Amino acid sequence: MSKFETVIGLEVHAQLNTATKMFCSCQLADYMAPANSSICPVCTGQPGALPVTNSKAVELGVKAGAALNCHVNGISVFARKNYFYPDLPKSYQISQFDRPLCEAGSVEIDLKPSGSKTIRVARAHLEEDAGKSLHALGSRALDYTLVDFNRCGVPLIEIVSEPDINSADEAYAYLTELKRLMQWAGISQCDMEKGELRCDVNISLKAAGTQELGHKVEIKNLNSFKAVKDAINHEIGRQTSMLESGETVAQDTRLWHEKEQKTVSMRSKEMAHDYRYFPEPDLVPLRITEDRLEAAKAKIGELPRARKARFMKDFGLNNYDAAVLTSDRYLSEVFDASMNKTTKVNAKAVTNLIAGEFLARANELKIQPEDYLSPKTILPANLAELAGMVTAGTTGPSAAKTIFAASWETGKKPEILLRELGLAQVSDTAQIEAWAKEAIEANQGAAQDFKNGSEKALGPIVGAMMKKSKGKANPKLANEMIKRLLAG
Amino acid sequence: MKIEKQDVEYIAELSRLELTGDEKELYSLQLDNILSWMEELNKTDTSKVEPTAHILGLENVLRPDISELFQDREAILKNAPQRESDFIKVPKVIE
Repeated sequence: MSKFETVIGLEVHAQLNTATKMFCSCQLADYMAPANSSICPVCTGQPGALPVTNSKAVELGVKAGAALNCHVNGISVFARKNYFYPDLPKSYQISQFDRPLCEAGSVEIDLKPSGSKTIRVARAHLEEDAGKSLHALGSRALDYTLVDFNRCGVPLIEIVSEPDINSADEAYAYLTELKRLMQWAGISQCDMEKGELRCDVNISLKAAGTQELGHKVEIKNLNSFKAVKDAINHEIGRQTSMLESGETVAQDTRLWHEKEQKTVSMRSKEMAHDYRYFPEPDLVPLRITEDRLEAAKAKIGELPRARKARFMKDFGLNNYDAAVLTSDRYLSEVFDASMNKTTKVNAKAVTNLIAGEFLARANELKIQPEDYLSPKTILPANLAELAGMVTAGTTGPSAAKTIFAASWETGKKPEILLRELGLAQVSDTAQIEAWAKEAIEANQGAAQDFKNGSEKALGPIVGAMMKKSKGKANPKLANEMIKRLLAG
Repeated sequence: MKIEKQDVEYIAELSRLELTGDEKELYSLQLDNILSWMEELNKTDTSKVEPTAHILGLENVLRPDISELFQDREAILKNAPQRESDFIKVPKVIE
C-alpha cells in the first residue's frame, strides 16, 4: 500500500460530428487534405469577419449533455480565451467560460475485476479547435514553423471531469466509456489517429488519508489511451519519489514524450495562464429549453450500460458477452434484431456468431458499423436461424462457419444451405465409430499418450476425426466415442 | 483600482506590445482615468437588473451545417507575411 493517493481529473476534447466548422461554413477537411484548403476569412481571423454558430454543433452539444447525464444550462454564453500562438489567427479562441452549455453530469465506469464507480463531470462546453503547426517536413527538421489552418475552427466539445479518478486504470476506463458514449450517440467519431479525441491529464498526489492535495501537474499532448495510462503511471512514480525524498512537486505543465516514455516540463513562456476571458461580443447567447434536452435523450434512446443490463437480464447473457455486444451501438442492434427472430435459448449461440463470425467478416470486408444492419451483411433472421441450428446440434461449429459465410454472401436461409452444401451434422453412432477408429489408427502416438494419462493427447485425434468427417461429426459424440474406444 | 506601471507592463507583455518608458507612464495614467470613469457605473443600482452577456437581446442565431467553399483562399494566404507552398510560414515556435 502506497503512502500516497493519486487524484486525477481529465479534460477531453472530442471533435463534433459535423460537416462544417464551428463558426463558419468551411467544410471539415480530411486530415490528409492539402494545407489551408478549407479556410475562409472567419476561421483565419480576417478583420471584420464575423462568426455564426453551427446549429448541428449545438445539437450535438445538447446530445452530449444528455449522454453524460448533465444539466444543460438554459442560457449559455460563448467567451473569448485570449492568448498568442501562430496556430490561433484571431489571437483568441472562442470557447465557453462561466456559462458553459452543460454542467454537473456523471459517467459510470467499470472497475476491474468487478464493481463500478461514478466519475462526476464538472462541465462540457463548446469551442473551436486551433490550427496545426508543423516543425518538420517528413524527417527534415525545419528552422521555422509552418501553419495549416484546416483544423482551425473545427467544432469541439471539451468534457472536464471532477478529480474523481484515482489510478491510470480508472482513467483508461473513463476514457473508454466516454468514447463509447460519444460514438453511441453519434456525437463524435472519436478517431484518435485523426486527432478527433485528445486528452489532458491533471494529476496530483496526497498523503494517504489526508485531504490536502499536492500541487497540480498538467500533462498535455496525449494522443492515445495507452499514452494516458503510461503518462499517469510515470507521473505517479516521479511524484512519489520526489515526495519520499522530501521534495515538493511544483505546479507545472508537462509534455508526454512517447519515445522516452517520460514527462518533460514545458517551461514555456507561452504558457502564461492568464486568458482574460470575456463574453464574445460577436455571438449572442444560446437558449436551450428543457424540452430540447428531453428530445435529445429520446433520440439517443437506450444508453450502453442500460442495454448491457437488459441483455443480461432478458437473455441471460454473462457480463463478458453483454459487454462485447454493447461495445458498439450497431453491434448491439444486430443482436437485438436477431433475438427478435428467435428465442432466449439461442441467445448464447447468437452471441457467439456475432462476436465471432460476424465481427471477423465485417472487419475483413471493412464494413462500417452503421452498415451492420444492412444488405451488406447477414440478415438477422438468417443469423437467428443458424444460431437455432447450432443450439439444436444440427450444425457443428465448422459447418456453421461455412453456412454463415454462404448466407452472408447469398442471403439464403441456413436450413436450405445446410442441405445444399451437405453439411448436416452427423450423430449416427456407427458412422462416428468408423471415423473415430480411423482417427485413432492414424494417431497411434497420441492414443498411447492418452492411455498414459495425458488429457491433452485427445486434441490431435479429435482434430483428425473432424478432418475426416469434413467437420460434420458431432463434436460431443466424437469426443465420447474416442474416449470410449481408447478406454476399451 | 489604481493602474500602476507594473500593470501596464503585464498587460503589454500579454498583448505582445513593446512600450517605451514614456508610453508606460502615459498609458497607466490613461487606463487609470478610464477605469475611474467606469467606477461611475458601479454607483448604479443593478440589483433588479438581469445580468446580460450581450446587448442585442437576440438568442440562438445559428446557421445550418452546410458547407460552402470560400473561393479566394489565395487572398488569405497573400495576407500572411510569409508563406511556403500551401503553408503560412512563421518564426520557429519550439526550440
